[in-house]
Amino acid sequence: MMSRRTRRRLAADAALLVVAAAFALPLVWLVLSSVNAEATLRVRLPKPPTLHNFSAVLTDEITFTPMLNSLLLCGGATLITVVCAAPAAYPLSRFRARFSRPYLLTLLFATCLPITAVMVPVYGLFVQVNLIDTRYGTALFLAASQLPFAIWLMKNFMDGVPKALEEAAWTDGASWPQTLLRIVLPLMGPGLAVVTVYTFIMMWGNFFVPFMLLLSPEQLPASVSVFTFFGSKGSVAFGELAAFSLLYSTPVIMLYVLIARRLGGGVALGGAVKG
Amino acid sequence: MSRNRTRSRNRPRARTRTRTALLRWSPLAPATVLLLLFLAGPIGYCVGIAFTDTQLTGQESASFVGLANFRHAVTDPDFLHAVVLTLVFTVVSSLLGQNTLGLALAGLMRRASRPLRTLTGAVVITAWVIPEIVAAFLLYSFFERRGTLNALLEWLRLPTQNWLFTLPILAVSFANVWRGTAFSMLLYGAALDGIPQEVTESAEVDGAGGPRRLWHITLPMIRRSIGTNLMLNTLQTLSVFGLIWTMTRGGPGNRSQTLPVFMYDQAFLKSLIGYGTAVALLLLLVGALFAAAYLRLMREEV
Repeated sequence: MMSRRTRRRLAADAALLVVAAAFALPLVWLVLSSVNAEATLRVRLPKPPTLHNFSAVLTDEITFTPMLNSLLLCGGATLITVVCAAPAAYPLSRFRARFSRPYLLTLLFATCLPITAVMVPVYGLFVQVNLIDTRYGTALFLAASQLPFAIWLMKNFMDGVPKALEEAAWTDGASWPQTLLRIVLPLMGPGLAVVTVYTFIMMWGNFFVPFMLLLSPEQLPASVSVFTFFGSKGSVAFGELAAFSLLYSTPVIMLYVLIARRLGGGVALGGAVKG
Repeated sequence: MSRNRTRSRNRPRARTRTRTALLRWSPLAPATVLLLLFLAGPIGYCVGIAFTDTQLTGQESASFVGLANFRHAVTDPDFLHAVVLTLVFTVVSSLLGQNTLGLALAGLMRRASRPLRTLTGAVVITAWVIPEIVAAFLLYSFFERRGTLNALLEWLRLPTQNWLFTLPILAVSFANVWRGTAFSMLLYGAALDGIPQEVTESAEVDGAGGPRRLWHITLPMIRRSIGTNLMLNTLQTLSVFGLIWTMTRGGPGNRSQTLPVFMYDQAFLKSLIGYGTAVALLLLLVGALFAAAYLRLMREEV
């Protein structure tokens, strides 16, 4: 006879197994199709497994240029975000002023706004000021859209750094950039990494922003190029699509694994994880 | 006389104080400028242009048309259709789907054995982390007529359907559940961890069964997390575009055309920037309402 506890555990196990299987099916398709030369839309075992799809998509046009574009665009935008967010978070974390609370609330408010809705006016504005189809313009907008959350998260991590060391530096006459760079940021290294990596992941997967703001094919990042490339062909080579999707997803999955444990705390802490 | 002297003595000090304050808060400047230019700017522009008849091409100058775009919207059957679809999409995928499934998963994971907990967590979170466009391709292949879902149904000898044609809005809703549940799961996982063990145990001793414990103890204790989760899920769901656009392009016809897709369609495919922007403004307003409600929830924590 099983104890009640064991029975309950087995029931929970069974339920989780069903959900996990359902969630896994599309992912299984991705993996199996990427190594199947005759992939269709169904989950099917390849016989024999081949790397043909990968060699077919590993060309300049399909993979290397778009991935490099993604890296430039998202890397640049992440850099802007972090370089703006870290100094901004510093006074918000350390000093009190009449406007700091409203400022933080406005940031939180901006975090929640549906960025999709702003894209039509952003497009209009970008046409007027000649920023349309420029990589730096798109990067600046991406940075601005992630900035509220990045500042918010950064401030929460900074709050955890004790003030004592800084005060010593202040009395020695250090300026705020010195204090921030030499003392605070090194002490919150993991937090800084989480903000950077999280920002990068959000941008890497972003489709709508580059889809709207970049036009010339040679500038398109992977998120948009895959759409135009596979969407426009009459008969889609599903195996190649799967292989490319796998290549394109791998960096963010690996980055997520890097920060997973700390971000778990970040969700509880900031509450506002979802750009 | 004496008052004058004090004032003149205070003035330099006040100036120093202002200077210190300026110096202290100057690091805020780059971020603020960026936010004003690229976030507040477009929103302001949005407000301005929503009241004009701006079009994409072939127009000398746009003119002010007042509330005409909004009046057009409330009588436009396509717009109302999009509103209804957005509601269905939000209720099904965010309120019922992500929220409930996320809570259920978080609850189950506390009881299940370790390997299954890790496995489920990994699978569900992978679905969340992969890029939106990849998720859309995967779910397209899943729901397509020749796709995995129908293969599964055939194998179980159940009737198959062309899901993306017969029930497109449900297909994209499920896609959104697949993609977004991880967030609710993580949030509820953290919330459930916060419930003291003694509370659950004493309720168990008092003979409260599973459903009653859930209703009278667990749910009230995590109600703040439920609020947070519902707000954030809804806001995220309101702005889903890439997923729907890749899976169905809002079609067939306009049967999965939620507001963001409708907005894009009007502004760029039909070239009615003014009208599209008015729709965007409405979407932004709905988002702002939810965001304000969320701020009320979070106020104590800032």
